[in-house]
Amino acid sequence: MKPYAVIGAFLVIGLLLPLMTVMAATLLSPRKPNPIKQDIYECGLKTVGETWVQFKVQYYIYALIFVVFDIEVVFLYPWAVAYNQLGLFALVEMLIFAGILLAGLLYAWRKGALSWV
Amino acid sequence: MEALDRIFIRIGEAFSTFLAQYLPAPVVTVIGMFLSAIIISTFAALTFMLLTWLERKFVGRMQDRIGPNRVGPFGLLQPIADAIKMFTKELITPAGAHKVVYNLAPILVVAPSLMIFAVIPFGRDMVAADLDVGVLYLIALSSATEVAILMAGWASRNKFSLLGAMRAVAQMLSYEVPLVLILLTLVLMAGSMRLTDLVAVQGVPFAFLQPVAFVIFIVAAAAELNRTPFDIPEAESELVAGYHTEYGGMKFGLFMMAEFIAAFGMAALVTTVFLGGWRPWLIPLPSWLWFLIKTYLVLFVFIWFRGTFPRLRIDQLQAFCWKFLVPVTLLNVIVTGVVVTFVPLVRNGEVVVRGIGGWATVTVVYFAVNVVFALVVAWLYRRPTLQAVQQIQVGQPAGRGLSREVQTA
Repeated sequence: MKPYAVIGAFLVIGLLLPLMTVMAATLLSPRKPNPIKQDIYECGLKTVGETWVQFKVQYYIYALIFVVFDIEVVFLYPWAVAYNQLGLFALVEMLIFAGILLAGLLYAWRKGALSWV
Repeated sequence: MEALDRIFIRIGEAFSTFLAQYLPAPVVTVIGMFLSAIIISTFAALTFMLLTWLERKFVGRMQDRIGPNRVGPFGLLQPIADAIKMFTKELITPAGAHKVVYNLAPILVVAPSLMIFAVIPFGRDMVAADLDVGVLYLIALSSATEVAILMAGWASRNKFSLLGAMRAVAQMLSYEVPLVLILLTLVLMAGSMRLTDLVAVQGVPFAFLQPVAFVIFIVAAAAELNRTPFDIPEAESELVAGYHTEYGGMKFGLFMMAEFIAAFGMAALVTTVFLGGWRPWLIPLPSWLWFLIKTYLVLFVFIWFRGTFPRLRIDQLQAFCWKFLVPVTLLNVIVTGVVVTFVPLVRNGEVVVRGIGGWATVTVVYFAVNVVFALVVAWLYRRPTLQAVQQIQVGQPAGRGLSREVQTA
């Protein structure tokens, strides 16, 4: 329990430190808003079109593949920690598991899911 | 030497005994926890300031110029001048930005970077929180940074910020997979996720036992930190300034702080798991001093990358990650699993390698396996490598090889 309490302390300090910094900055900095300064930056021109634009679907595909590999890793970590107490069975089973995932990556590669364009 | 090694532990214990005279024991523990958090966070912030100066000086020298040298002796007060500037610049909020999310994002991006230091062993017996799932905790923290970056990019109400944030998150997400798989390999060898165990197992630094994984980890760590050559999301010539375009003054300073503190944290992680943590290399110095020396060596390598490499395009870096790093690290896990069955380092929580002979055998075996693995990987990827080399050769500047027919790549 004690390590998690220390991590809680770190979280509190980690949130407090930047908060104090920003508050100090709001005290020390000038505040003179005007509409030209608060304009959205678009290389010196007026903003054209909706801001929250539709973006490439490729980001979503990368996130999907990341989720697959993250779940795989979540399964592999307990295997890695307990590995030297398990027998040959664990190695063979993990080889099959990793092989299935490697095949999945290869399938995604051939289908063009990993290319940016 | 023993006294110098334990000096920080002694100071902490003296302070707790002093407080225990006036306050009940639980309160003393809580105060101790918060004090360790404050001290380590302040140390991280001071290192951030030193790092900005170091980086500018080193990159300057690599570019054949002196870095900042006006503000103090050797420009050492430059970070303080920068801090004063950050504090006194106006915090302009763009019109139409989502106020709550916009203001929360810089704070939430610094917090995970500072929390990295909770589990890093700074010296012998000097770890703030000896978590038994330390490695998993560190992986979770890097994902937390990505959420904050997305918040910053979305709430700024700027197309460039949104695209920059999406690209930054896509990059950090992609490069987390090889990072996590390499940490998996090391956990496999050490049999535990606790960082102090990972240091205790390294009779020989893991950089010698897993050189391929070491190189890949440094590259993936640079990508994870959005540093050159992977700094598409925040380079000045790309997407303006990416997700922190619309942030001014101290809020921008907080983004910089988060990036440098994360760089220090990542270098500390590389030191802990690959270079032997606080373990001395031949010369007897205090353990925390060795830790700092090794971390600064790794940071120098990161700064060296910045001064040397051109930037990778987003499609190049994504292809590099998914088509090269992920299969190679996955194969590395499998190969290490096979080798650990025959040449184990740990059995039932105890290091089973004895003496110089034992460690020499282990090093030779693992290193030889890695060399063979690297050669197999090079052979598997021979065609794309040759293609890339040909492309580089065709694009030679005029005046060299004019007699050769220029083909389209």
